[in-house]
Amino acid sequence: MNSADIIALLPLILLTLATIAVMLAISFKRSHGLAAGLTALGFTATFLLLPAISRVAPHPVTPIYLVDTFGLFFSGLLLAASLVVTLLAYGYYETRSGFREEFYLLLLMSAMGGLVLVGSTHLVSLFIGLELLSVPLYTMVGFSRTARRSLEAALKYLVLAGVSSAFLLFGMALLFAATGSMDFSRILEMGRSGDASSTPLMAGLALIGVAVGFKLAIVPFHLWTPDVYEGAPAPTTSFVATVSKGAMTAVLLRLYLLAGGVIPDSTVTIFSILAILSMFTGNLLALMQNNVKRVLAYSSISHLGYLLVAFLAGGEYAVEAVTFYLTAYMVTSLGTFGIIALLSDREGEPELLQDYSGLFWRNPVAAGLFSLFLLSLAGIPMTAGFIGKFYLFAAGVDHSAWLLIGSLVINSAIGLFLLPPDCRFHVCRSRRKSHTNPSAGKRSGKPARADARFCGYFLVWGLPRVPDSSDPQRDNRLNSAYHSF
Amino acid sequence: MSLVWLILIPMVGGLVAGLVARKNESLCRWISLSALILDSGIAINLFAHHWLGLDLPTSTRWLVEFQVEWIPRLGAGIHLAVDGLSLLMVLLTLFLGIIGVGASWTEIKTQVGFFHFNFLWILSGVIGVFLALDLLLFFFFWEVMLVPMYFLIGIWGHENRQYAAVKFFIFTQASGLVMLLSILVLVFTHAAGGELTFDYMKLLGTPMDGTFGLLVMLGFFLAFTVKLPAFPFHPWLPDAHTEAPTAGSIILAGILLKTGAYGLLRFVVPLFPAACQVFTPYALFLGVVGVLYGAMQAFAQSDLKRLVAYTSVSHMGFVLLGVFAWNDYALYGVVMQMICHGFSSGAQFMLVGALYERVHTREMGRMGGLWTTAPRLGAASMFFAMASLGLPGMGNFIAEFLVLAGLFKVSVTATSFASLGLIAATIYSLWLMRGTFFGPNDKQWKIADLNARELSLVAALVAGLVFLGFYPQPVLKAVHPALEALQQSTAQAPVPVAMNRR
Repeated sequence: MNSADIIALLPLILLTLATIAVMLAISFKRSHGLAAGLTALGFTATFLLLPAISRVAPHPVTPIYLVDTFGLFFSGLLLAASLVVTLLAYGYYETRSGFREEFYLLLLMSAMGGLVLVGSTHLVSLFIGLELLSVPLYTMVGFSRTARRSLEAALKYLVLAGVSSAFLLFGMALLFAATGSMDFSRILEMGRSGDASSTPLMAGLALIGVAVGFKLAIVPFHLWTPDVYEGAPAPTTSFVATVSKGAMTAVLLRLYLLAGGVIPDSTVTIFSILAILSMFTGNLLALMQNNVKRVLAYSSISHLGYLLVAFLAGGEYAVEAVTFYLTAYMVTSLGTFGIIALLSDREGEPELLQDYSGLFWRNPVAAGLFSLFLLSLAGIPMTAGFIGKFYLFAAGVDHSAWLLIGSLVINSAIGLFLLPPDCRFHVCRSRRKSHTNPSAGKRSGKPARADARFCGYFLVWGLPRVPDSSDPQRDNRLNSAYHSF
Repeated sequence: MSLVWLILIPMVGGLVAGLVARKNESLCRWISLSALILDSGIAINLFAHHWLGLDLPTSTRWLVEFQVEWIPRLGAGIHLAVDGLSLLMVLLTLFLGIIGVGASWTEIKTQVGFFHFNFLWILSGVIGVFLALDLLLFFFFWEVMLVPMYFLIGIWGHENRQYAAVKFFIFTQASGLVMLLSILVLVFTHAAGGELTFDYMKLLGTPMDGTFGLLVMLGFFLAFTVKLPAFPFHPWLPDAHTEAPTAGSIILAGILLKTGAYGLLRFVVPLFPAACQVFTPYALFLGVVGVLYGAMQAFAQSDLKRLVAYTSVSHMGFVLLGVFAWNDYALYGVVMQMICHGFSSGAQFMLVGALYERVHTREMGRMGGLWTTAPRLGAASMFFAMASLGLPGMGNFIAEFLVLAGLFKVSVTATSFASLGLIAATIYSLWLMRGTFFGPNDKQWKIADLNARELSLVAALVAGLVFLGFYPQPVLKAVHPALEALQQSTAQAPVPVAMNRR
C-alpha cells in the first residue's frame, strides 16, 4: 500500500478514527455534547479533506474500491447529510435522558458504510458497504428503547433487511457462478457479450435487483418504509431517507456509467413498471395518511419512482438528472425531518397532521421553512425541487419516454393534492384552532397548562357556537380570553 | 435594465413591506403603494417614449430588450423584452395593483405584512410573465404568480377559502405541468435540428406538423385556457373569485386572467400556426359556449361575487374567439377587451367588496333598495354594470364590437351566437342592479356611502373606461406594431393561418 492509497482512503480512515474517538470518549466520560461534537468534527474534517483527495483521483485502491470524482462527489453529499443528521440528533436527544451517546457511534459507522458503497466496483465491497450501512441502522431505528413503535419498526427493518441481504448474497453467488468474476465491469461485459449462460446471470441480477429495490423502497419492496419512518426517531428517519437511499442510488448510477449508459430493453421494461407503480402507489397512499412521517414515507416512495425515470430515460441527461434530483431530494428531506425533529420534545414528536394546524401563528419561521420544503418536494419553481423535476422532464422528453413522462405528469399533479393539506394544516388555520390541540407545538410549563385550560374553556363554551374564523374581532376576543387564564 | 427593475421593485417592496408590518401596519401599506407607484413611473416613462417616438428603436420588434445568460447548459437565458402589447399589460397590472392595495386598506386586518408581501409578489410574477421571452423564464414567472395567490385566497378569503384555494392551485398547477411538458417537447424538437434553446425568438418557426404539433399546441392551450378561463376549464374561477379577499378578486379577474389571454396571443398562435388553423373551429366553439354558458350561469347566481365571477367567464369567451379569429379587427378587440375587462371587472369586485364590508353578506336576496341609503355606491355599480353589458361610450363596447367584427370575417355562425352574449350580458347586469340597489329598502339597510378613498379609486376606473370608450386610439396605436409583428410571424409559416378562412 503506497502513499496514494493511503490518501485515497483517508475519508474512511478519518471516519474510523472518529468512531474510535467517540467510543473511547463514551467509556471515559459520558457526555452528550462531547460525543456529538466529536462526531460533527469527524464529518466536517472528512468533508473538508475531499477536495484534496480529488487530486489523486481516479485511483483504484485494491481491485474492489475506486476513488474517483464521482465517488468523491457522492461522499461529500453523504457526509454533508450525515453532518446535518448529527446536528438534528444533538438537538433531538438533548431534551431526552438515558444513553444517547451511542447513537453517534452508530451514525459514524453507518455513514462509513455509505462511503464504502459509493466507491465500490466489486460485489464484495458492495456487500461490505451495504452491511456496514444497514447493521447500525437496525439499532438506530430502535434507539428509543422505551417506545413501542420504535422497537416494532426496528424488528421489522431487521427481518426485512436480513432477508434482502440474503437475496443479495444469493444473487452474487449466482453471478459469480455465471461469470466467474465479482467485478462490476467484468460482469457487465460478460452480460453484454452474452458469453455467460444466460439464466443464472439473469436470476442473479434479478435477486440483486430485489435487494437494491428494498434499500430504495421501490414498489413492491416498499412495505417496510411507512412503519420504519413512523417508528424511528426523527433523526434516524432522516438518515434512512437520505444517506441510505443516496448511497444506493450512487451504486446504481455507477453501474449505469460502467455500462456506458446503455440498459438492456428487458431491464428497462421491468424498471419502468416498477417506477410507474412506485409513483402511483406512493402518491395515492400518501393521500390517505394522517401521520406526517407516513405521508413523507409514501412520498419518498414516489420520489424514488421519479428518480428511476431519469435512469430509464437514459441519454446524456440521465446522470445529471439523477444527481441533481437526488441532491435536491436529500436537502429537502433533511429539511422536512429536521423541522419535525426541531418541533419535537420530551413528550414526543408532532406526528399527526392536526399537530401542525396553526403552526404558522405559533412558530412562523418553522412553518415558513416547512412550507418551503414541502413546496420543493412538490417541485414548485424557485425551489431546488423544481429544477430537479425539470431535469427529469428534460431527460424523459429527450429520450421520448412518453409513458414514463405521462405518469410523471399525472403523479406530479397528484402530489399537489398531497401538498395543500399539509400547507393548509399549518398555514391557513386560524389561531383559535391551534389551541384546541394541547399536544401541538411548543410546550413549556405554563403556556401548556394555559393551553389545556383554554381547551376546556373552548370545549365548554366554544363548540356550541363555533366562531367564524375569518372574523378578526372574534379572534381577538378569544385571544383575550386565552390570555386571561 | 429598466425591465429588470420593473420586476424587482415589487419583489423588494413586498419584502420590505412584509418586514415593516410588525412595527407599523400603516407604513407597510404606504410602502406597497409607493413601490407600485414607483414601478408605474418606470412603465409610464417607457410608454411615453414609445408614444412620442422618442429615442426608442422603431425598426426592431422590441422597444426595450434585456438579455443575459442564465443556465447556459440548458440553453435558458434571462431574456426580457417589451413591445406595445406587453407594455400595456404591465401598465394595467400596476394600475390594478394600486387599486387593489387601496381597496384592501381597511379590509385586511390580520397579518398585514404577509398579505402585502404576497400581493406584491403576485404582481411581480405577472409582470415577469408579460416580459419574459425565454420559455423557461416564462414558466418560472407563471408559477411565481401561483403560490402567493394560493396563500392570498387561503388565508384572507371568506368562509370556504380552503376549498377554493386548493382548487385554484391544483387546476393551475396541473395545467402548468402539461405546459412545461409541451415547452420541453418544443425545445427538444428544435434542438434536434440545431441549437438547444428556450428563446422565444429562436423557437418561432420550429416546424411542428400534424397531430404531433397539435398535441404540443394543446399543452400550451390547456394551461392558458385554464387561466383564461375557457368553457370546460373554468370551474376553479367562481370559487376562487368568490372566496378571495377583495384585492385578490381584483387582480385575479383584472390581471391573472389576462396572462392566459396574453399567452394565447404571444405563444400559442405564433408558435403553432398550422396546428392552430386545424384547431380553430373547436376553439371558436369553446369560445361561443363560454360566452353563453358564462352568461347563463351568471344569471343563475344569487351570490353577488359569484355572479360577477361568471361574467368573467362570459367576457373571456370573447377573448378566445378574437384570438382564434386572428385578424386585425379581432386582435385589436382582444387587446381592448383585456384592458377594459380588467378595469370593469376589477371595479365590480371592488364595489362588491365595499358592499360586503358594509352589509356582511353577498346574498342578493338579503339586499335590495340600497340605492336610497348609498346612492354613490349605487351609481358606481350602475356605471360598471353598464360597462359590462357593453354600452357604447365605454371601452368594453369597442372591445366586443371589434372582436365580433373580426370574427364575422371568419365565421358568421360563431358571430351570430356570440352576439347573443351581449343580450345575455344586459339581462344579468340589470338583474344584478335590480337585486341589490333598486326596489324598496325592505330590510331597512342603513349603510355608509363610498368614502373619499373608495371614490377616488372608482373615479380613476370610470375615467379610464370612458376615455377608452371615446378615444381608444392610444391603445390601438400602441399595440399596432406588436400585433403586426405577431401576425407576420404566423404569415411566414408554411401554412397560411386562420385569417384567410371564410
